[in-house]
Amino acid sequence: MNSRKVKAWTWIHKWSSLVCTVFMLLLCLTGLPLIFHHEIGHLLGTEVEAPDLPKDTPRASLDTVMEVAQALHPGKVPMFASHEIDDDRFWYVTLGDTPTSEAGNKTVAVDARTAGVLAQPKFDEGFMYIMFKLHVDLFAGLAGKLFLGSMGLLLLVAIVSGVVLYAPFMRKLDFGAVRQNRPRAKWLDLHNLLGIVTLVWAFTVGATGMINTWADLVIKYWQYDQLSALLAPYQGQKPPARLASVQQAASSAAALAPEMKMAFIAFPGTAFSSPHHYTVFLRGNEPFNSRLLKPVLVDAGTNALTASPPLPWYLTALLVSQPLHFGDYGGMPMQILWALLDIATIIVLGSGLYLWITRRNPAAAMKRAKAATAPDARARPHKAPGGAA
Amino acid sequence: MSGPANAGFWRMWRWPLTLGLLSASGLLTALVSDGWGDWWAWLGLGVPVAVMAWFAWVPAKRRA
Repeated sequence: MNSRKVKAWTWIHKWSSLVCTVFMLLLCLTGLPLIFHHEIGHLLGTEVEAPDLPKDTPRASLDTVMEVAQALHPGKVPMFASHEIDDDRFWYVTLGDTPTSEAGNKTVAVDARTAGVLAQPKFDEGFMYIMFKLHVDLFAGLAGKLFLGSMGLLLLVAIVSGVVLYAPFMRKLDFGAVRQNRPRAKWLDLHNLLGIVTLVWAFTVGATGMINTWADLVIKYWQYDQLSALLAPYQGQKPPARLASVQQAASSAAALAPEMKMAFIAFPGTAFSSPHHYTVFLRGNEPFNSRLLKPVLVDAGTNALTASPPLPWYLTALLVSQPLHFGDYGGMPMQILWALLDIATIIVLGSGLYLWITRRNPAAAMKRAKAATAPDARARPHKAPGGAA
Repeated sequence: MSGPANAGFWRMWRWPLTLGLLSASGLLTALVSDGWGDWWAWLGLGVPVAVMAWFAWVPAKRRA
């Protein structure tokens, strides 16, 4: 690579990193506790724990579950009923002022066997909520998400330009060499070492994080792209005044794919459904398809099956990108490795910042040197020749 | 295809490429299998972490 190219790539690397570094540090720091959110919730006692009952205990009707939850929050409408990915012993019921409301929503955890209320988790307060909001949208909604997504894009540019610059910087050094004689050389070497080793992980987590910031838009597009065609026959009709049994809707959806598990049910009018339907989302029960969802639309007035449109590629991409960002698909050892790689990334970001702050700036260095030797310019015996002053 | 330029490339990139392929394979195997896939993922991501720790903390003199 000639020196002009090195200069250009250095410029790209410097500016793409400088702009996103502060936000990336924030994302790395807030992401650290989020890796362990289940374990932290367990310690804080905020994690919902369903009692162990015999496996053949009959399950409560979803209609009863919804009644129990709604009785706690009269006036609110149902939005979702969902299971944790690995625990179908209880339902999370989400209620809101309207089907699309984003603030003031209430969650009730209801035992799926006994229909007893297990907890009323507050997902909108506390330490983990603050970490979550800072990580996802900076408390600024969709605009915050898209902003963080653009910072993620800059991170990817910084990673690619960093890889390009690895070769010219490492030409005279062995892999892993960390020179100890000068602090700047030491941090440059650590920056290069940790940067090149975390490359694949950081690029994966950065890219999937960026994709996740588009989730709201992707779901809106899905409504437009797929649901609008299914809704054509409903043109001009009002949404059903009384909802048909949600249990029956869930059962007929489940009967379509008996080998699949229930993920969640989106009630009419929510972002994941249409004004006229329950949309039941089923998930696969094998590791490779447990993250993929199969939507089944059931008429919320008549309980007739409307359709089960195949998941479009963009929703598949979104769903597959989630575990790759969260690191929640390989047990506790993977969570720990995720945390260590996250810390390594913090060191890469921090050392990069350090290298920029202590950069060799000939003009500034000369100024400092002059100021140190001659604090008062008038005391100098001779003026520099040719000076304008 | 072999020559001094190629040897230089290989000397510089063999470690980054090996660790990158290990990481990528680990990220993928855990998606498709909960048994061997998880074990391979722990290895594939664990080796890069160990390599970083080794070069960052074990002084060069003791390594030789």
